Amino acid sequence: MPDLESFARDIRSWLEDNVPASMRTPMKSEKDICWGGRDFVFQSEDQKAWLDKAAAKGWTVPDWPKEYGGGGLGPEETKILRAEMKRMGVRTPLTSFGISMLGPALLKFGTEEQKQRFLPPIARGEIRWCQGYSEPGAGSDLAGLATRAEDKGDHYLVNGQKVWTSYADQADWIFCLVRTSKESKHGGISFLLFDMASEGVSTRPIKLISGLSPFCETFFDDVKVPKDQLVHKENEGWTVAKYLLGHEREMISGMGLGGGAGSSLMSEAIPDADPILAADLARFDVDALAFQAMSEAFIDKLKAGEAHPAEPSMMKYAGTELNKRRHELVMQGGGSDALEWESERSKGGAKPRDWLRTKGNSIEGGTSEIQLGIIAKHILQLPGA
Amino acid sequence: MLKLNDDQLMLQDTVRPFMADEGKIETQLRHWRDIGCKDGFGHGLWKQFADLGLTGILIPEEDGGSGLGQVEANVVLEEVGRNLTPSPFLTTAVATVRALEGTEHAKRWFPTILSGETVAALAVDEGAHHAPAQTALEATRSGNGFTLSGNKQFVVHGASADLILVAARTAGRAGETEGITLFALEKGAKGLGIENVALADASKAARLTFDHVAVDADAVVGEVDGGWAPLARALAAGSAGAASELTGVAAGAFGMTNDYLKERKQFGRPIGSFQALQHRAAHLWGEIEIARAATLKAAQLIDEGSSRADLFVSVAKAKAGSVSRLAVQEAIQMHGGIGMTDEHDIGFYMKRQAVVDELFGSPNYHALKVAGR
Repeated sequence: MPDLESFARDIRSWLEDNVPASMRTPMKSEKDICWGGRDFVFQSEDQKAWLDKAAAKGWTVPDWPKEYGGGGLGPEETKILRAEMKRMGVRTPLTSFGISMLGPALLKFGTEEQKQRFLPPIARGEIRWCQGYSEPGAGSDLAGLATRAEDKGDHYLVNGQKVWTSYADQADWIFCLVRTSKESKHGGISFLLFDMASEGVSTRPIKLISGLSPFCETFFDDVKVPKDQLVHKENEGWTVAKYLLGHEREMISGMGLGGGAGSSLMSEAIPDADPILAADLARFDVDALAFQAMSEAFIDKLKAGEAHPAEPSMMKYAGTELNKRRHELVMQGGGSDALEWESERSKGGAKPRDWLRTKGNSIEGGTSEIQLGIIAKHILQLPGA
Repeated sequence: MLKLNDDQLMLQDTVRPFMADEGKIETQLRHWRDIGCKDGFGHGLWKQFADLGLTGILIPEEDGGSGLGQVEANVVLEEVGRNLTPSPFLTTAVATVRALEGTEHAKRWFPTILSGETVAALAVDEGAHHAPAQTALEATRSGNGFTLSGNKQFVVHGASADLILVAARTAGRAGETEGITLFALEKGAKGLGIENVALADASKAARLTFDHVAVDADAVVGEVDGGWAPLARALAAGSAGAASELTGVAAGAFGMTNDYLKERKQFGRPIGSFQALQHRAAHLWGEIEIARAATLKAAQLIDEGSSRADLFVSVAKAKAGSVSRLAVQEAIQMHGGIGMTDEHDIGFYMKRQAVVDELFGSPNYHALKVAGR
């Protein structure tokens, strides 16, 4: 296709001209990820410059429509852009739950006014979103959530508690599942958007086994939410929630591809005289490269509209289990060096902390067991218990 | 795009019902086994492959074939695997055609491969494990040609073959890829001993003994000492094809098992309602999807002539091998006692899987290649 070839040439020259040199180097740690938001502290001027240039071009969200701050690119063009960026080592200009989760849901279920209001600030990295799904009593059984939203005429009054709210302490707004009716479990849930600066919202970081605190407990005490911030219909939020979960699972499945350039561990040093580890690494590399092919096939299927709605569950399950295996092998390869909590020998503690962090991969976004249950029910059509 | 295109889907639509009807276990695999067929497959069905144009799938259009690629060959092989259809398709129409393409031998053999008259076999392995670079069968110059001495085993369809491609060493040492020469040997060669061996899956593979077998110089495929090039083409196509067949074996066994989970009742409900089995079935389904994607990737890279083709061929063969092994093991376990009976078809899947798993290299052989060892 000559059009696409010339498109690829144009992309290359634009990237050559516009991406600052430091934004073409591999990220050193999670701190180099640009999340955007009101209070985001840029790591460098280059990081900010690259975000602004990408946003002006619409390439923070290349496949969103132009009127909402996107690049208006088709699936093939988006794929080429991503491939060129990867090939040239260009960092992702903006990463956010607004892009990967809320955006797709608003594009599908939001009113025109909501799209106009919320999507462009996501695309420009001005507003950072967090996800209010899980609750202390509603983990795997998410639809059992109890956070109440009472109808007060022109607004809802929200009371309750969320947990595992990723980066809630750094987020500007929240998309939140609330109970608007007790008549029906799934049919009494609504999908609300509100400002985390609203009166009555408080957050408390949760310290994890890795020593890091990417998650929070989030409390709502008489939070007023204007009614025009309800997405889709009252009591039909579960439909939005499920659609968004599909996108969340796709995003999480990307973990299976590993960070950086390669998905496999071929370059990982193997200690002498450990043929068992060598064999485990060889098997891992096969599985990692096979999963890489699966990801490519899945994305192509998704873009063609041929993916079953439950397929992200398989990707999430396979990707996170693979990522856990990867970090187990990194730790085995590193031996006692990799156990040092803060030292250079453990990459500044990244090896043990990343390893511990991956244990949550198969829990967050629906546990592996929940994903297997979804596949069994919706794809294999096995009977209910 | 890592998915089948419209033409490839059309081919699948043709081949799927053909293999399910004409190539089914009851009338092919089980039938030929029960009557003790010396070939292990039916020539009538092989002729039908030819009539459908499948034998010429990789043969260039100017030679009368369809000039298609590995992706299309793999579409056929997944259906072969799903139905355990016995035929010389993989060795003849895929591996051998790839070895002979662009050589003088193409003119001699392509017409009869197209018509379904020729059965071809590859004689590569010399021990119980696939190790083509270790080729030691000796070919020494003698007069105008060569004299072959040594042994080969696991020569699939070897006793039925009209044409056997033999990897032999004309220079260098075992372990080196240089110095291997590939010979096209016609059946009935003097000094060639053939022992027809039945394998666990009721297919036939031969053990060959070469006692000073004389061949002409024009039996050489490609260059003397440079046989690795056509051999590597054949092995890549064979491995990728076997990966697809294994994906089909896994999908066939899984489909049968998933149906059984819905039908079989214990404790007053279908056993498929038990979470212990649901999760294992769901895991297996995902693994088969991954094996299929890896195999398609390998086939596409072969067709593109990519330098990454060899890597992904090994990924595909290793992944499809281990996934299909899991599939047949789970299949028998979930079928319970009935799965242990010869009367039920599911056992055939376990036996076929084991043979194709070894063919062109086991998952371990390919995993070690992926790891660069």
